[in-house]
Amino acid sequence: MSGGEGRRAVTVALLSTIVFFTLLGFAITHAPGWPEVKRTFFDRHQLAQSMPEIAHAFLLNVKMFCIAEVFILVFALLLAVVRSLPGPVFFPLRALGIAYADFFRGVPTILVIALLGFGAPALQLKHVPLSTTFWGIVALVLVYTAYVSEVYRAGIESVHPSQDSAARSLGLTHWQSLRKVVLPQAVRRVIPPLLNDFIGLQKDTALVGFLGSVEAFKQSQIDAAATFNYTPFVAAAVLFVALTIPLARFTDWLVLRDRRRRQAAGI
Amino acid sequence: MSEALAVHGLRKSFGQLEVLRGVDLAVAEHEVVCLIGASGSGKSTLLRCVNLLEPIDEGRIVVEGEEITARGVNVNKVRRRIGIVFQAFNLFPHMSVLGNVTLAPTLALHTPRAQAEAEATALLDRFGLGDKRNDYPDRLSGGQQQRVAIVRALAMRPDLMLLDEVTSALDPELVAEVLEVIRELAAGGMTMLIATHEMTFARDIADRVCFLDEGVILEQGPPAQILSEPKEPRTQQFLQRIIEAGRL
Repeated sequence: MSGGEGRRAVTVALLSTIVFFTLLGFAITHAPGWPEVKRTFFDRHQLAQSMPEIAHAFLLNVKMFCIAEVFILVFALLLAVVRSLPGPVFFPLRALGIAYADFFRGVPTILVIALLGFGAPALQLKHVPLSTTFWGIVALVLVYTAYVSEVYRAGIESVHPSQDSAARSLGLTHWQSLRKVVLPQAVRRVIPPLLNDFIGLQKDTALVGFLGSVEAFKQSQIDAAATFNYTPFVAAAVLFVALTIPLARFTDWLVLRDRRRRQAAGI
Repeated sequence: MSEALAVHGLRKSFGQLEVLRGVDLAVAEHEVVCLIGASGSGKSTLLRCVNLLEPIDEGRIVVEGEEITARGVNVNKVRRRIGIVFQAFNLFPHMSVLGNVTLAPTLALHTPRAQAEAEATALLDRFGLGDKRNDYPDRLSGGQQQRVAIVRALAMRPDLMLLDEVTSALDPELVAEVLEVIRELAAGGMTMLIATHEMTFARDIADRVCFLDEGVILEQGPPAQILSEPKEPRTQQFLQRIIEAGRL
């Protein structure tokens, strides 16, 4: 593409974007119910008032996300490795792994959170935390471990068997081959889909509010109920988007870099 | 001459397909034996069986007097003594050349890292790869990659080397550098079992040539005899096709 064509493409993209959003904005702001919607969802005064509280509550979302992520990365890898074990001896373990993944991918996240969050504390076991946030995190770890283990497994299966053959032919054990040859290549390949699942996890921390933990969504619900104004929901949404966009762009960048690298090496 | 490798009545099937149908083969110490035969005749399978990469159905494989196909044999220990080099190199793409060569000595032989790196560097220097030690495999030509794969196998100080059509995946102009390495190994007294399509090379390097046909060794003998005056009609046909293809 020549410089002139490139500039023209940018100009066209810019113009069509401006026209599109002007029309959309016009359509919305001239809708019959707009003044009412503006007052209940986009109240500037209300936004300024509830934002600090919601932002503070949002820290709990970030905290849950960070804690859950660490455990998910470890447990999911273990689950994926268990499911890749060869031979009939390990059949029970493999079957257990499959059952786990099927179950926790099948049950809606909100149900797992509800069952654990309301059920586990009710058992009144000693030395088991009663905190709803704790059980919310446990539920997220259980559900996302099932998803992420599938991602890891796809990575393990994408490493050609000849790599394992080469490692084993040198006298490495199955575990040594897995640890030093297969897994490093597998994990590198699945980093983009892994990050994609973590974007989902970031959002799903809002479901823990259902148990009563005051995270961003719960806080905005409280604020909305107190003022009969929905602007706090918009504030919470803005915070989630602000956290997700950088991760999404980072994922795109990684995918692109990976593709370029493979093209450079491939030909 | 003592036997480095003895194969007795080896049979191997993949599902319905019987690839090896009773192979008997002995390789003496310091001997270089070339396996020739059409694609699908079982050359690669034979080599993979000797390295225990494929479980065998019947027969026995003995390496330096020890039956490696017996029950309870530690396959990892057996494989450390037998080096294999594959057609497709199979280098580890996420490791540097040095990392590829030192991985097995440090993990399987517990050689201290410094010593393993010194030995690897010496080997790489010997085969003209010293300046590539920190490069990653995708930076190397096919010939260089295959030489690294040979060095990687040699780093385990094997008693026996198995080479599985190591030049078949190479551009023609890169074949010579790899064959040169193998010649040097032969000159150094390495015991080798080589599956190859390079008849000229086999004639040069082999002490003995075995013609594998439909899962059995049909004919074997000194290269001059097998390649010039084969007795079996099947061997004659095979060589005729090779000559017509301009490969002998």
